[in-house]
Amino acid sequence: MTQEFILETRGLTKEFRGFTAVDDVNLQVRDGHIHALIGPNGAGKTTVFNLLTKFLPPTRGEILYRGKPITSMKANEIARLGLVRSFQISAVFAHMTAMENVRVALQRKLGTSFHFWKSEKSLDHLNDRALELLEEVGLREYADVLTVEMPYGRKRALEVATTLALEPTLMLLDEPTQGMGAEDVDRIVELIRRVSKGRTVLMVEHNLSVVSRLCDRITVLARGSVLAEGDYQEVSRNPLVREAYMGSDAAEEEEASA
Amino acid sequence: MSATQTLTPAMQRQRNARLRRNTLYLVLIAIALVAPFVAYPVFLMKVLCFALFACAFNLLLGYAGLLSFGHAAFLATGGYFTGIMLASYPGLTPELGILIGTLAAVVLGTFFGVLAIRRQGIYFAMVTLALAQLMFFFFIQAPFTGGEDGLHGVPRGELFGLISLSDNLSMYYFVLAVFVIGFAIIQRTVHSPYGQVLKAIRENEPRAVSLGYNVDAYKLVAFVLSAGLAGLAGSTKTVVFQLASLTDAHWHMSGEVILMTLLGGVGTLFGPLVGAGLVVSLQTQLAQSPLGNWVSVILGLIFVICVLSFRSGIVGEVQKMVRKNFK
Repeated sequence: MTQEFILETRGLTKEFRGFTAVDDVNLQVRDGHIHALIGPNGAGKTTVFNLLTKFLPPTRGEILYRGKPITSMKANEIARLGLVRSFQISAVFAHMTAMENVRVALQRKLGTSFHFWKSEKSLDHLNDRALELLEEVGLREYADVLTVEMPYGRKRALEVATTLALEPTLMLLDEPTQGMGAEDVDRIVELIRRVSKGRTVLMVEHNLSVVSRLCDRITVLARGSVLAEGDYQEVSRNPLVREAYMGSDAAEEEEASA
Repeated sequence: MSATQTLTPAMQRQRNARLRRNTLYLVLIAIALVAPFVAYPVFLMKVLCFALFACAFNLLLGYAGLLSFGHAAFLATGGYFTGIMLASYPGLTPELGILIGTLAAVVLGTFFGVLAIRRQGIYFAMVTLALAQLMFFFFIQAPFTGGEDGLHGVPRGELFGLISLSDNLSMYYFVLAVFVIGFAIIQRTVHSPYGQVLKAIRENEPRAVSLGYNVDAYKLVAFVLSAGLAGLAGSTKTVVFQLASLTDAHWHMSGEVILMTLLGGVGTLFGPLVGAGLVVSLQTQLAQSPLGNWVSVILGLIFVICVLSFRSGIVGEVQKMVRKNFK
């Protein structure tokens, strides 16, 4: 069993009423890497992502986490193994404060989450840890702010803090910089770099400059299949990728600017 | 908790809010204690029973985000079970009868919940409605419910075998105690570790899943709690009116509790109380007036106005105003 791969898929396939969205994908994510999943619109990135996080059941194929099959597990169960996902649209609990957002993630380990007869004061001892996590993503001063009132970039950072609360071994990020201004993008890139220490990250990302700055390895999807895999240099030189993904003009520009 | 812990502004605010809330509770309980000397106790008991019913419903809609259209089934099941037990076993004390009725509603709620909880939105509402209609027809056909006539002459009995409840005043204080207990359970549930997860699920269900929570199980607990408390309301109502009838099982009743909750303010602790008070008062007042036949029309009109102009209900709007002006 190949333990160097933390996450692996074998022949992963998803069909929707005869349309094959994901076709025989073999993906291997190395322990400790920041791995990107890129591809043009409709390439099946989000579908692959939803299959990996168990938000969709695969039609065929296997998913292995540290060599063990997790194909038939439920979405909430893999979270307990340490695979925690984020969402394309910032997934926060809007009418809770930033600290409460993080605390909800922390409280699961207490095992009192079904205790409807206990006071919520019994959660207060988690506050310090929650504040630490907020500090880590630079949101300390937002602790008491209702999330709905926070700017978009900060919500994404809060999402990262909430994810970190679970001490994930593998973070799955769905387009973490989507819809952000340049300044926020830089902040999130730095944040991902910082929190990826000692962890593995698999991310779907559109923004190629983010991918080139962050990722150790890139898998390019097109029409539901793997088109190419390698580091940024290899992938960006691959003519198939240029044609399918960037369009040859865009690829040249990219090279010229690099 | 350590005494040296420093208070963040949020904790200070929470503490103040708690203090204000507790003061409000004390004032309300004081009012409730003197109320039967001012108003007709039977009317007050009716309000309290429906208020508990609406509060139970609100726990599900307002805090778990689940719209059940079959809550009449739990009210009626509680009512019939209590009625049958108290009528058949003269030695049984009323509090035990109510307990049995409540447990029956819990069992039914578990059964309904398991079947319905996987469905979302309108499908959830449809499944609960269908199951409740099933119960309605069961109550018509079953040999022990009195069919269309209902169960009459349920004895009120003696509380703990000591205090006779035939007097409306003692009955009132008993009903008040039941209401306070039910309300306290809801208030604690909302402000518990479980309540936090429930809130998170309502706010963003996929995210709650990705944090490792089995959301269906949390929703089921909310459903069963809500069903049990609705059953408690129904059981108590049967003892008060010495009657369990099909009115409680009819889908009108499921609709009425939605009306009460939305009118008062869904997702607020006091909203259902205000809504139930308003609806029951209107029904009682209008029934005695020449407009008696127009009760449904007038309630419908009020509902439309409420939905169009103040969506968060009476208590919800008041809270908004207070927050805006006294921040």
